[in-house]
Formats: sequence, C-alpha cells, structure tokens
Amino acid sequence: MGSTASLPTFKDGTYRDDFSFRNSPESVLRAPFPFDKDEYMYAVNMELHKDGRPGTAYEQPIDVDEHYLAEMRDRALVLDEDPLRCQSLPHMEMAGWDTLELLMECKANSYPDSFSLERDGDQWHWINRPMGIDQRFTFGDATTLPYGPLEYITRQAQGDFVVLDERANNLWMDAGMVTTQADWSLDFDIGMNFFEWHAPVPLAHEKGIFERAIKYLLAVQQSNPARRLNWTMTVNPRLDTSPENYHQWGPENTHITPENVADKLFLRIELQSFWRLPRSNAILFPIRCYFLSMRDLSTVPKWAKRMHRVLNTLPPELSSYKGLDNFRGTAVDWLAQFDDGSPTTPGPFPD
Amino acid sequence: MSNHAAIDVIVSEVVEVNSLIKRFHFKRRDGGHLPAFSGGAHIVIEMQDGEQLRRTPYSLMSSPLDTSDYQCSIRRDDEGRGGSLYMHREVKPGMAMKISPPANLFALDLRARKHLMIAGGIGITPFLAQSSQLERTGGEYELHYGVRSAQLGAYLDVLQERLQHRLHTYYDDQQQSIDFDELLSTQPAGTHLYVCGPTPMIDKVLNTARGAGWPESHIHFEHFAKASPGEPFTAELSASGVTVEVGREQSLLEAIEAAGIEAPYLCRGGACGQCETRVLDCDGELLHEDHWLEDDERSAGEKIMPCVSRFKGKRLVLER
Repeated sequence: MGSTASLPTFKDGTYRDDFSFRNSPESVLRAPFPFDKDEYMYAVNMELHKDGRPGTAYEQPIDVDEHYLAEMRDRALVLDEDPLRCQSLPHMEMAGWDTLELLMECKANSYPDSFSLERDGDQWHWINRPMGIDQRFTFGDATTLPYGPLEYITRQAQGDFVVLDERANNLWMDAGMVTTQADWSLDFDIGMNFFEWHAPVPLAHEKGIFERAIKYLLAVQQSNPARRLNWTMTVNPRLDTSPENYHQWGPENTHITPENVADKLFLRIELQSFWRLPRSNAILFPIRCYFLSMRDLSTVPKWAKRMHRVLNTLPPELSSYKGLDNFRGTAVDWLAQFDDGSPTTPGPFPD
Repeated sequence: MSNHAAIDVIVSEVVEVNSLIKRFHFKRRDGGHLPAFSGGAHIVIEMQDGEQLRRTPYSLMSSPLDTSDYQCSIRRDDEGRGGSLYMHREVKPGMAMKISPPANLFALDLRARKHLMIAGGIGITPFLAQSSQLERTGGEYELHYGVRSAQLGAYLDVLQERLQHRLHTYYDDQQQSIDFDELLSTQPAGTHLYVCGPTPMIDKVLNTARGAGWPESHIHFEHFAKASPGEPFTAELSASGVTVEVGREQSLLEAIEAAGIEAPYLCRGGACGQCETRVLDCDGELLHEDHWLEDDERSAGEKIMPCVSRFKGKRLVLER
C-alpha cells in the first residue's frame, strides 16, 4: 500500500438474467484464492490488512477491479426492488460519515486518475470519474447528499459493508449495505450481536473460534486494519444470493451437470476486512465478493489441484452449511482431471 | 495489538493549568491533521526517560472535531513511577515525541436518551472531549464534577460556559459531596452512566448504581490509575528464553518491551485485557493491580496483567 494504481478497462457483464459476467485472464490471477493448504477447516485466520502484494486483490486497501461498474449497476437494481438492503439504526449516523470518509480517502489515494477528494474544512468535493459523479457536499450534513452517507458511498463501492457498533465487549450489527451476500440477510440480522448472528455456523462454536475472533476484532485499532478470507460456492455468477430472493436462485442449486459445471459453478471468495472508524468508534466490515468459475480455476494448475482436494475432503457439516451438497460430487469429478496427486507448494498464490 | 503505527509529533504548547496540572498540546511533525477520534479516547505517549522507555496512556481532552492538535492534561503524581514527573519536568514546547493513534475504551453509547457523567479531579479529561462531541451532535447530558477546591478544579470556566445549568460542581473544601443515592435513583429510563475518577469514587458510584438496579450495559467507567512503583523482581519469559529484571519504577510490561519482545497492549491501565499473560510457574505471590481478571482467576494464579501487576517471591515464569 502507499503506491498508487490505475484501473483496468471495465467489463460489461451481468450478475442476473443472462449472466454475462466473465473474468479476464488477469482478473483470475489477481483473485484472493482462499486456500493455503489442501484441506479446509475453520480457523481464526485473521491477519493485518497491509503490505499488499502487487498484482493481487490485496495491493490496495480497498480494491477496485474490472467489474466495478457492472457491480454498481447490479446493486442499484437490488436496491430498486428492496430498499431495506441498506439500513442504519439512528445511532449509526456518525459511523456512516466515518465510512464515507474512509472509502473516499482510500479510493482517491489508491486510484488518483479515477477518484479525487478535496477537503476544505467540512466543505468536501468528491469526483468519481468511472461513474460520472461530481459531488460537493458538507461533511456531517446529510441533507447535502442524495442519500444518507452510508448509502451514498456504498452505492459507489464494490462489496457489502456492515457497520458494527462496539458496546459491552461485543459487536452489534447496527448498519449496513448488503446486496452481494452468501445467503444471509441484513434485515434479519440487524441489531444482533456477534454471537447471535453467527449462531447458525456449525463446528466453529465448539472450537472456541468466535471467542478468539471477537477478542481479536475488539483490538483492531485505527491505522491497523485486519482481514480474513471466507468462501462458498454459487451456481451462476449471482451476487445477490439473498434469503429474500431464495425462490430465484435456490432451485438453480440442482442445475449443475457434468456438461455445465465448468462454466456454471463458481468459487465465491469473500475478502473480509475490519477497520476501526475514528469518530464513531465503530468497526467497518467490508465483505468483498470475487467469483472464479471452475474453468477459471483450471487455468491455474495449483488452484485446480487444490480446489479438487479441498472439496474432496470437506467435512460433511461444512458442505451442508455452505449449501454445496447438490453439486460437490460433480465438481470433484470435473476437477479430478487436473489433479495428478503431486504435492502443492505452500501458500495460496499461483506458482 | 502492539504494533501501533506511532505518530511523530511536536509539543506545540505546554500550559500550566494549576499548581498540579499541565496541559500538553501535540501537533504532527509533518504539519498534517491528526487522526479523528471519539470522545473518551486515549493516546499512549512514549517517553524516553534516560535509559528507560515509558509508554503511558492519557485521555484526549481536546475536541474530537478539531484534529489540528491533540491536548492532554496531566496531573503531577509525586508518588508515581515517574511518567507524569517526566512530562512535567522534561517536556518543553518544540520537543519531538511519539504517540500512538487514539483508541477508545470509554466511548459514549450513542443510543442513550441521556448521558449522566460523574468526574472526580483529573478524571474530568475524557468528559471535556465527550462534551465537545455532544455539543456538536446533540444529545442530552449533564456533568457532576467533584474537585478539591476552586483553585484545583481544572477547566471549571470552560465547562461553565459550555454546559451552563447542566454542570454541577462539588467542592471538597466546602464539605460538598455528590449525593449518589439521590442522583442515581432519579434518572429517566434510557440514561447511561459514565464515571471517571479515583478508584474509591468509582467503586462507590458503581455500587450505588448496581444497588439501585441500573443495568450493567448502561454503566461505563474508566480508572485513571496507572501502574504503581514497587519492589524490583525477576521474570522468566519461556517463549522468548529471556529473563527480565523489573525495576522499582518500571512495569513488567515495560521490562518485557525493554528486552526487545513485542507484547500486545492497549490501555496499559489493567482494564482492557489485551496484555493478559499466562503464568506457567509461580513460587511467590502475584500482586494483581488490574480491573480485568475475575476473582476466581486471581486466586487460581494462572494469569497476570503485566501492564500494572507485579510479583513478589522466588520464581515467576510467563508464557511470553
């Protein structure tokens, strides 16, 4: 971090209907592949979010990639149908301004050709060139923006954003923008604490994962953001796999066949980061989604081999919780052709 | 988390507030703005006191809305380990120092219908920042401030102007004291209580509030007690394979840091739990001074908070 970057040419894919989303070869290689070993189990896999590796999704603190405009169009469509995907409890207004400041500062610092922020006291001037936005506003005065501060800036930022209030040594999900989620609902979880919204996760409670995780999260301080990866699999590159729309995507889980698995089944990677917000003392929790189709994975020999082994050895409880049971066998069979049984090199990055 | 990115600052001003308290102003060395913060936050000031590197937390008292400088008011503690004496005697305008980014362990609960603040002495400092914040964002609050005398009551004038009828002052030398029973039994539902001051005062407020049925979630407190000096002792650090000598004026955490070993910390006042360390062997007595461990954990003798607690005896081995 600290270095700047230029944005690639934006792609026009869709995340619904004809599902025309495709990764460029560069986009595949920069993805944050989530497996550093040949098998997977829950762990407190958190690390400091810094020292971004050049040429990867970690390079800049808030990553913007070739799918930026397509994702923002999809978010606007979701919000048109269901405004409750963005909510903020009354005491979270300050955290919304903190979020706006953080995202604007990060983008302007990382991609100065595309974003700029000028501040003169509380008179701010924000330019988002890719989206054609030129906005002057008064920091702290929501009447000078077309939306509340959280909604305004997260309509211009890839990934979901959850804002956690800290009280009584716990974190409370009191605001968020959630349209690219792996089958969970902000409207259902809002107001819950860390242990309540994680209640459905199998195995991790018994392993004491959440007690250790919250201790780590509460210690996240300004200028020291942290990150972790999570993953699941999704049929079709559909960002909005929400409980509210289960009737649309749920049946697709049975549509995977040996013929279509390579292009229709996606590894869904979540790059989650954790930022202490300065004025509100809240924690911002961005959850950024990256899709890799099974065919995308097959272009990186180490990843195809490892994906095969991870899926093959996944504990049944996790397979079931992540909703993989309908297609896991088909994916393992297809990936087997890329796995010669030879050892893989340590770490997640391609050889 | 211990690897805070320290901020290089210049002491821009030192103001004598009264015979016991000085106020220190810090600006960034590179001239930029300091990080924004929330009322109740503290910074950790690094002091190179001869051979010894001290890291001492102080509340930020300046307005969270003004990040052109940070201000801390420090009361001289002639009985302490020397951090406040160093600040009072050695720190002059123009001096370069390092501070941590702000962290807040005493934040306002922004859901509160009303904030009830109780301060004793130098415990006023976090409330100065919080009242600035509330003046800007709105929110009902009142402050009850106990001081020794009008001369030793810091910032009475500032607070009088800012709070007016919401400020209630109590002077020890006029035999005035806060009637906690009355105060804590007459608050509207949805009130949050905040108390910062000497430990006996905090204990009295907490006991009264709990006795009056206040929910724990609505009670917030911050001790300003810091590590106290004590007899020197030795500690073995098993993971590092190092033995450290803890001096009279040094904390165990400082001795660990002086040996070049990174240890986690946040408050350095025995309250946040970050530096909790396992005791592997103890032939002697752990002198617990923290507000973190539960009573049963103390009697079990398997954990110590090295930022404030000490040891007396033959052998102490820590998992560090």
